[in-house]
Amino acid sequence: MANNSSGFMANPLVKWIEYRLPVFSTLDHMVGSQYPTPKNLNYWWNFGSLAGLCLVIQIITGIVLVMHYTPHTTMAFDSVEHIMRDVNYGWLLRYMHANGASMFFIVVYIHIFRGLYFGSYKAPREILWFLGLIIFLLMMATAFMGYVLPWGQMSFWGATVITNLFSAIPVVGEPIVTWLWGGFAVDNPTLNRFFSLHYLLPFVIVGIVILHILALHQHGSNNPLGIDTKGPQDRIPFHPYYTIKDAVGVGAFLILFSFFLFYAPNFLGHPDNYIPANPLVTPAHIVPEWYFLPFYAILRSVPDKLGGVLLMFGAILILFLLPWLDTSKVRSAKFRPIYKQLFWVFALACVGLTYAGGLPPEGMALVIGRVCTVYYFAHFLILMPLVGWFEKPLKLPASISEAVLKTEPGAAGSKA
Amino acid sequence: MKTTMMRTILAAMAIGFAAPALAAGDTATPPAQKWSFNGPFGTYDRAELQRGYQVYKEVCAACHAMKYVAFRNLRDVGFSEAEVKALAATFEVNDGPNDQGEMFKRPGLPSDKFPSPFPNEKAARASNGGAYPLDLSLIAKARAHGPDYIRALLTGYKDAPAGFTLGEGLNYNEYFAGHQIAMPQPLNADQVTYADGTKASVEQMAHDVSSFLMWAAEPKLEDRKRMGFKVMIFLVVLTGLFFAAKKRIWAKLH
Amino acid sequence: MAGTATQPAGTTEPTRRDFIVVAAGAFAAVGAAAAVWPFIHQMNPSADVLALSSTEVDLSQIAAGQSVTILWRGKPVFVRHRTAAEIAQAEKDDTAALPDPAKDADRVKKPEWLVMMGVCTHLGCVPLGQQGDFGGWFCPCHGSHYDTSGRIRKGPAPANLPIPEYAFLNDTRIRIG
Repeated sequence: MANNSSGFMANPLVKWIEYRLPVFSTLDHMVGSQYPTPKNLNYWWNFGSLAGLCLVIQIITGIVLVMHYTPHTTMAFDSVEHIMRDVNYGWLLRYMHANGASMFFIVVYIHIFRGLYFGSYKAPREILWFLGLIIFLLMMATAFMGYVLPWGQMSFWGATVITNLFSAIPVVGEPIVTWLWGGFAVDNPTLNRFFSLHYLLPFVIVGIVILHILALHQHGSNNPLGIDTKGPQDRIPFHPYYTIKDAVGVGAFLILFSFFLFYAPNFLGHPDNYIPANPLVTPAHIVPEWYFLPFYAILRSVPDKLGGVLLMFGAILILFLLPWLDTSKVRSAKFRPIYKQLFWVFALACVGLTYAGGLPPEGMALVIGRVCTVYYFAHFLILMPLVGWFEKPLKLPASISEAVLKTEPGAAGSKA
Repeated sequence: MKTTMMRTILAAMAIGFAAPALAAGDTATPPAQKWSFNGPFGTYDRAELQRGYQVYKEVCAACHAMKYVAFRNLRDVGFSEAEVKALAATFEVNDGPNDQGEMFKRPGLPSDKFPSPFPNEKAARASNGGAYPLDLSLIAKARAHGPDYIRALLTGYKDAPAGFTLGEGLNYNEYFAGHQIAMPQPLNADQVTYADGTKASVEQMAHDVSSFLMWAAEPKLEDRKRMGFKVMIFLVVLTGLFFAAKKRIWAKLH
Repeated sequence: MAGTATQPAGTTEPTRRDFIVVAAGAFAAVGAAAAVWPFIHQMNPSADVLALSSTEVDLSQIAAGQSVTILWRGKPVFVRHRTAAEIAQAEKDDTAALPDPAKDADRVKKPEWLVMMGVCTHLGCVPLGQQGDFGGWFCPCHGSHYDTSGRIRKGPAPANLPIPEYAFLNDTRIRIG
């Protein structure tokens, strides 16, 4: 706030530009010193900016990979090997992009679970939540189509299985699948359109991210206490406090990313995708990338084709109803003793779904998948509305600064 | 209700974790080997790679192509530029068409990829009783357990146990999925003569060629690990600095 | 601690740049700069492109007065079997007023074989053979005239047609590159 008249903003060149195009003050309002933020955000609030970083990494590495990739069934696999073997630093760029996708999903999943725990989807942030879910849906579409591009066995058969989901739709299902494929099987036309869309969608995501940030700024960030800020004593400027805190998170995140990138670049991938696509041979066990496993498990837990597809899409769409399914007046799970426990059961159910999704759909894997699927939907449709009614929340603090002052010295120190 | 459900989930998971072990009990898990390229500072053993290349060239290459590897790549294996040139020239590669419009053969150049033993998959199958000898360029990354699996497979030929019916022209292998593999045992003791005097036992050859195939699949492994170490050091220091700066800036709030 | 409540947020923002903050920023900037290099270097020729740098030409089929055009590194190379008259003309012109002086003898390994890049030194078009005012090459794009030794004589091109690296393997075979 003092920044406007001193330092950077006093620079004559900055002033000259600012007078004609207010980029600096706009940025300052978005992620700078003019954006007031609750003073009590913990490290779980780092994952929004980290997701933004992931998106940027994916777009930059992707644009560079396209310079060497050939979207044709006869050349796609070879061109990826060309990148890995001959292009300068090609192996680095490709592993960055492939592992970057996994990192993006890790970050976004944590971001979503943060929102679930602290009630960030509740009024007045419903549209903020919807925009986030739309980004998530677009991410899934982008990641799925991106995985097809290397044209390995998993690419081909993953594309075949997932596009076939649409054939479950009555009457129009078959024509839709043929339309998606541009033929009678996943083939070159499919690869080409997936490539086109895989390049397009990230920029659509960028657009939605801007709206997501716009919606965020309307009422500001939620916070671990889930109560509104009451005045300037509850807030601090985003810059420098949260820029530096986000930077710490970026450093830690890049260490994790680098671990996979440099020491286990194929750990999260599947060996079968190093076999060129073969329409005559199906791999023994088709699995999607790990980030799709929970939804894959839901799909397979239903013995009916259409039912499975509906339930799988329902698992994501149900999140759109969350602001109304959650009947509690209190946002943060910190003050909700029952919901807090259910949250962890839900997290466990998601882990169970991921686990079951990675195994062949038989025996115990199927049982786990079904139990977790039932809990997944019961959590949202039954438990959340009921708990909102029955649960007696703990007493909320009067304000953020009061709560911060009350915290024991040790905890306050860690935040300071 | 909640606790019951949780107990169910936990019980289900406990049984579930045991399930894959039972399912996999049929095909043996390849024993993990000590590879020179394991670990964060692992590098390829050049002598081992050269021996492995010899095994590939003299044994595997009769049926298996490696179409993503070029002779020039053998510089990484420790051959000199002149050696690579001479080696490439001992191979005949297809080229053309010439001015008469005909394809012709010429001696290989370092820029050529390894020539394939068969012109196409159909020809390969026709010569191998219907089975397709896979391209080996990426095999070490295209199989779970990678080089451990290759080594285990090459040394895993056995007589079929009593009661096991082998298909026509198939061989019993402990580590192959389903145990019936079309490839007959490829390695026999002293099949190659190593220039460095290493005894060419089946285990030795299997080890060398597995190592070579790992190199072929992941030729940039050394670059990757070297760069990774530098990046890691940098990031740890950077994160430390960020953390200290964060403490410093936030201290001013109080 | 009481200060926290009484001081409105924002006014406590650091104005003095602490050493540790500057150090962190500088360190991050160095890392970002280093990370840019792979993204730039990936556009340089890849290993397979660099390896495919030589091609061989059989000269036995090229009669005197004929030329062939070979594709080498994605560009045309002219290989011309020069006639005695062309050689004589080229050598005579060594003493003419040349924008880019060069002796014909320095441009060939054997006088009857002229091997040079078929890329106009003006803006990269392919010149047409045996045309123009000097009986050599003529670039139709912007009217550059080259002589029978491929030297620039007239027009906007600044330099002679370049000679690629090549060697005679035997009397009837050359390797370019």
